[in-house]
Amino acid sequence: MTRMPAPIVSPTPAAPAPDGPDKITVKGLEFYYGDFHALTDVTVPIKSTAVTAFIGPSGCGKSTFIRCFNRMNDLIPGTRLEGKVTLDGQDIYAPGVDPVDLRRRVGMIFQQPNPFPMSIYDNVAFGPRLHGITKKSELDDLVRDSLDRANLWKEVKDILGRGGLTLSGGQQQRLCIARVLAVQPEVLLMDEPCSAIDPTSVQKIEDLMAVLKESITIIIVTHNMQQAARVSDFTAFFLQEVAGEAAVLVEYDRTTNVFTSPRDKRTEDYITGRFG
Amino acid sequence: MSKRIANQIALALLWTSALTTVAVLFAVILYVVVNGIGQLSLGFIFTWPRGVNAEGGVWPTIVSTLYVTALAMVIVTPIAILAAVYLAEYAVQGRLVSIIRCAADTLASVPSIVMGLFGLALFVEAAHIGFSMLSAALALTFLMLPIVMRTTEEAIRAVPKYIRWGSYGLGATKWQTVRRTVLPAAMPRILTGLILATGRAVGETAVVIYTMGQAINMPVSPLDSGRPMTVHLYLLAMEGINLPAAYGTALLLMIMILGFNLSARYLLRRTRKV
Repeated sequence: MTRMPAPIVSPTPAAPAPDGPDKITVKGLEFYYGDFHALTDVTVPIKSTAVTAFIGPSGCGKSTFIRCFNRMNDLIPGTRLEGKVTLDGQDIYAPGVDPVDLRRRVGMIFQQPNPFPMSIYDNVAFGPRLHGITKKSELDDLVRDSLDRANLWKEVKDILGRGGLTLSGGQQQRLCIARVLAVQPEVLLMDEPCSAIDPTSVQKIEDLMAVLKESITIIIVTHNMQQAARVSDFTAFFLQEVAGEAAVLVEYDRTTNVFTSPRDKRTEDYITGRFG
Repeated sequence: MSKRIANQIALALLWTSALTTVAVLFAVILYVVVNGIGQLSLGFIFTWPRGVNAEGGVWPTIVSTLYVTALAMVIVTPIAILAAVYLAEYAVQGRLVSIIRCAADTLASVPSIVMGLFGLALFVEAAHIGFSMLSAALALTFLMLPIVMRTTEEAIRAVPKYIRWGSYGLGATKWQTVRRTVLPAAMPRILTGLILATGRAVGETAVVIYTMGQAINMPVSPLDSGRPMTVHLYLLAMEGINLPAAYGTALLLMIMILGFNLSARYLLRRTRKV
């Protein structure tokens, strides 16, 4: 998505971020795809009930990194992770941790809206049904509540039986958000959720993030620095300095600090548009 | 200038070739229709043959054909789908899977008359099932299994990766993902493959001529013998007893297969819109 040049920091900055407890901690993370070393020495906290943005040029490993939090990388053969990732103090890579259970607590939104080929209602009820909820009234409430939180209820309340794929791209993405919210996750991972959808839906998604972060910890990967500045409380900047070598975490701080007074020269160059 | 002429010649050549294909199709259809249409009537479809089985209708042969086809598909469908799910979703992609795939493709290209001979030896004789719907259906299974398995596997592979991610991302297990998202998403293409295979089974001659028998008979139990439409058509024509009735049967057969193919196309087209 392209937008008119705008001031990098939003004119009405969000209220100071709560410097709350860490929901997730990452210590000394190394990540490999087979022989390729993708990320090295990443240590970063993810604050509870706040939005953390991962920014950086293409190929800097930010999407790889976000998939570490729900062990989505486990699905890619040949990947390997070293270091420690904890959720509420618990090592999520410890033996005995079932990634299936983890993914209920850590939901994920993908770049490409991916509704299932079924009705809007069934899309949202999919997760709850997986986890054993079958009572109609309970499902009805969950579907309505989730669609409402995803800023989609008003648009679809009369067409719940229609196929999810008949919606517009932006509506599909909000349907996917509703689908994740229906399993009541504690953490929401968003991997470039707005790069393939219309501006109106982008606005609605940014609005709902502001509400959701009061109860859910959100991590967003974005190419759009204005978006990172608008929606996030904390920002982490990743960079692969030499092609073929592992990317590093260059800087992590409150978003206001990263965008107004970055500590690292490379961060400054990136956010002022000198590369990437 | 010569470039333009070359272009014209190429275009004419391509156009003629394409036209030839269509012309052959229409010639065959037209010939059968012109010769067979006079025979077609409700009486022809719904009555029994008379005399030396050369006069009258073809009703028991239609039933035999549909009976054996349905029985074969009932056997083929679950095996083919489960095998395809295993190959596409569970098996570690490596040598073994390549061997299975290669075996399936080879099996699919075995001449059907050889499969018929095999069915005769195995089911009719060795297993003592005799000439019957069951023997013919089992032999047809051999023919259909690799075809349906491969189309199903392609259908499953065509389901986009991100649909699976969506399901895993909600905390679904592998089996839940396969059963609740991958198979439903692949279902239209799977059904299309099944319908096309059904059309092939209806038109199959060599396999059933060896395994079903030739007696005009209304099959009730799977152990009953019968005469399928294709064999009836063959006997009518080759024994030269009633050529018009042969064309009538041929036309019926073509209409049935065309019906299967058109419904497969319709299914595939409709799902593209969802």
